Amino acid sequence: MNLVATASQTVGPYFHIGLERLCVSDLAANAPGEKLAIRGRVLDGDGKPVNDALIELWQAGPDGRFAQPGFAGFGRIATDADGGFRFVTLKPGAVAGTEGKLQAPHIAVHVFMRGLLRHLVTRIYFPAEPANATDAVLVLVPADRRATLVARQAAPGELEWSVILQGGDETVFFDC
Amino acid sequence: MADVAGYRRPPKGTQPDYLYPPYASTQKRAPTRPLVLLPHTLSEMTGPVFGYDAVTEGENDLTRQHDGAPIGERINVGGQVLDEGGRPVPRALIELWQCNASGRYRHKNDNHDAPLDPNFTGCGRAVTDAEGRYRFVTVKPGAYPWRNHPNAWRPAHIHFSLFGPAFLTRLVTQMYFPGDPLLQHDPIFNSTADEKARLRLISDFDWDSTQPEIALGYRFDIILRGLQATPMEKK
Repeated sequence: MNLVATASQTVGPYFHIGLERLCVSDLAANAPGEKLAIRGRVLDGDGKPVNDALIELWQAGPDGRFAQPGFAGFGRIATDADGGFRFVTLKPGAVAGTEGKLQAPHIAVHVFMRGLLRHLVTRIYFPAEPANATDAVLVLVPADRRATLVARQAAPGELEWSVILQGGDETVFFDC
Repeated sequence: MADVAGYRRPPKGTQPDYLYPPYASTQKRAPTRPLVLLPHTLSEMTGPVFGYDAVTEGENDLTRQHDGAPIGERINVGGQVLDEGGRPVPRALIELWQCNASGRYRHKNDNHDAPLDPNFTGCGRAVTDAEGRYRFVTVKPGAYPWRNHPNAWRPAHIHFSLFGPAFLTRLVTQMYFPGDPLLQHDPIFNSTADEKARLRLISDFDWDSTQPEIALGYRFDIILRGLQATPMEKK
């Protein structure tokens, strides 16, 4: 049988009603290890904050394995009035990639909002990570845009990474 | 690790484009630069695991969350979640939300001049069974105006959010009702170019799930992305 996947439709402005219950902004609540925070904003084509976006995260634990006891690796955060979001997690390890190579540590990100008929797919990579240079996904990204996927060290234990929907600094989004 | 075949990419027109100018909000939010084709790695092919204990009993009945019954036409909404290969998807978490029978969401940003219903929140959750089946009890949502264009009205719809086996099978969609005259005027519904794919967003009136004296029934089957058939499997 060859069926075709159901078409996506926007989450609209009122998704909080249905999706808030599963919001998780501390992915490391039950996990040992050094925590780090990642914060940022979601900005539209006019540079205005998007106060009705939903960010979903999926990542491996520090050992590079997914969905392990004590660290589920799933996060969901709605943006605030300033388009801001912040979550706490553990830095993922390198995870298996294609052709037997490891991928650089990263977090898979989905972005949902009114005005997006399909969610956006992007990734967060980590600063000062030598493996970024050879990561099989990052090398597919035009060199001048790669920085949009790499978080910036804002303070000790605190990284910054934003979602810029349009324009010169537009975040790289993937066709998944 | 051996290379994985990955998931099938959507056939042209079966998913909406990001930029769809008739839906005004896409204009400042759709990406303007080319998307980068992402290989399907473990990060895409694994996903959060929700067990049957992810929801509590009764979360699929939106008519029993308050002291009284909500106003409106009580309906059963059910169906089956399958992948593109026609295989049932068990243990898929479904989150559902909707406005009440008069077209008002219980949300601080909804200013539509229609009454809230003290007996209706509009949020339900369920996990599909071993055959991929799910069922909700709710009331039929009303149509409501929005400011997309002059005299714009959303057709009655219910929002569905699904987690399948992988982060990549994540789906958020909307279910519509058969025979709704507003569908032809709705840019969100019409954003999917492929007619067959678009019409599958409309539920079927389902005589089998009606309950005498209690509720009418609608059926909405949902297809999640499926794995690419490998040459071995094709034969």
